[in-house]
Amino acid sequence: MTNTLHRYGNAESFDDDFVVFAMPSKGRSDEGCVPKMKRFLQMALPFGPVNLGDALHGGAFRPCKDANPAVHWQRDLTPDFQAVIDGVDAYTTVAAVFDQRDKAEAYMAAVKEADLGLCINISTSVEGGKRCCCAAGGARHSVGYSLGFEGATEKLPDDQVLTLTTMCGHGMVSAGFARKMVDWVKEDRRTPEQAAAYLAGFCSCGVYNPSRAKRVLEQAQHPSE
Amino acid sequence: MIINAAKCVACGNCTYICTMGAIHIDHATRRATIDADTCVECYACYNGMSHEHLPAVLVRAVRGVLKLLRLRFEPEPDICPTAALEPDELVWPRIVRRAFSDPRVPHASTGVQGRGTEEVKTNDVSGRIQRGDVGFTIEFGRPGVGVRFHEIQLMTRALTAVGVSFEKNNPVTTLMSDPDTGSIREDILNEKVLSAIVEVKVEAGRTQEIIELVHAVQKQMNTVVAIGVGARCDEDGGETDIAGRLEHLGYRLERAKTNAGYGRITNELRGQA
Repeated sequence: MTNTLHRYGNAESFDDDFVVFAMPSKGRSDEGCVPKMKRFLQMALPFGPVNLGDALHGGAFRPCKDANPAVHWQRDLTPDFQAVIDGVDAYTTVAAVFDQRDKAEAYMAAVKEADLGLCINISTSVEGGKRCCCAAGGARHSVGYSLGFEGATEKLPDDQVLTLTTMCGHGMVSAGFARKMVDWVKEDRRTPEQAAAYLAGFCSCGVYNPSRAKRVLEQAQHPSE
Repeated sequence: MIINAAKCVACGNCTYICTMGAIHIDHATRRATIDADTCVECYACYNGMSHEHLPAVLVRAVRGVLKLLRLRFEPEPDICPTAALEPDELVWPRIVRRAFSDPRVPHASTGVQGRGTEEVKTNDVSGRIQRGDVGFTIEFGRPGVGVRFHEIQLMTRALTAVGVSFEKNNPVTTLMSDPDTGSIREDILNEKVLSAIVEVKVEAGRTQEIIELVHAVQKQMNTVVAIGVGARCDEDGGETDIAGRLEHLGYRLERAKTNAGYGRITNELRGQA
């Protein structure tokens, strides 16, 4: 699962994108992992995450399977962090997403202090990951570099759409839907914040960064600014 | 996935949601229709969309009246108003599509949700990648293009030809009929998936060789390739060996996932207590 590694953009574009995730290792640290993963997520709340996720049950932006017709006029698009925490019930990967470096660094320090025994990773720019580990008072153990997209890249959408779709590394946010949201924002049919929330709802493990998506959509709305 | 024709009102919302562009409105039947060969069974439409359970007759009537008046209701873009999307009963080999495309379905081989293994994410307790090693995750099909196994087989055969062996617990490896040659089961070769990952580990000195091989083979493939390169850091957290080799090949290293090294083997410790 490389679901956070191949986000499209240069290092500077990840200045508002920090995904901290915890993963038990199968057969090595998975016994009794559920309360530890819940604690990992709970600990994130004071640091102001923009999303939380559980690879098994989804993120803080979730579809409703029994929607009321009034939803077309009155829709609550705020993230439900508690639903993510409450939903963890088995071995999975859990994640907390931040849009500010200082918050990610402070959270990493708290996680290190908690000594959960889970494998903790941060996915962001190369330098950003290094700095977060250093700020938390530790040295990086391993690193996985993304070399970006190659091959038949002519099949890929434009940069804006690609930036929006690759924030769901499992590919659940389609180019067609991202393009539609860009168009809707440009036409003032939805706000960037609303469009970002729709997109985040399709990310099945909750690592989508709605704050970065909002920034990208705002740039699409006002390209000259 | 199937679309229940009795329920579908052809609102078109799902056509944008489909990760493969496999859904279109059939103007003859006035229903959304799925191209089964293009669909990878990712379930993004079923899992990701919100569902109302409105009567189809009512919705069609309202849409018809609005159309007559040249008005159009703009619904929320992520909702199926009649819950017309329904999971299909998948059988072999089509079920492979879902296993590689729907991230909520864990692979029986790895137990991990997703398409690969734990790779460097648990390296602090697994020790899979040691200093002097380099791990590659070679991913095909993502984002939004998809890949068929006969294309992946081009790469797996090329890798075995240079003496590279695959991560045993990787889902693609488990579908090989002969891992020594990189051959994949014949009955799944034409199956299309959203993405699949091949994982290998070699000595760091072979970094350039592997990347050049991937470059050569990907020219024969009709999909996108994303390479991830995993390395163990020094005691002080530095990593210049693999990064230097990649930069020498012309790569700008923009993004990485960093294992902070906080993991412990708690299962065994409990057993010893």
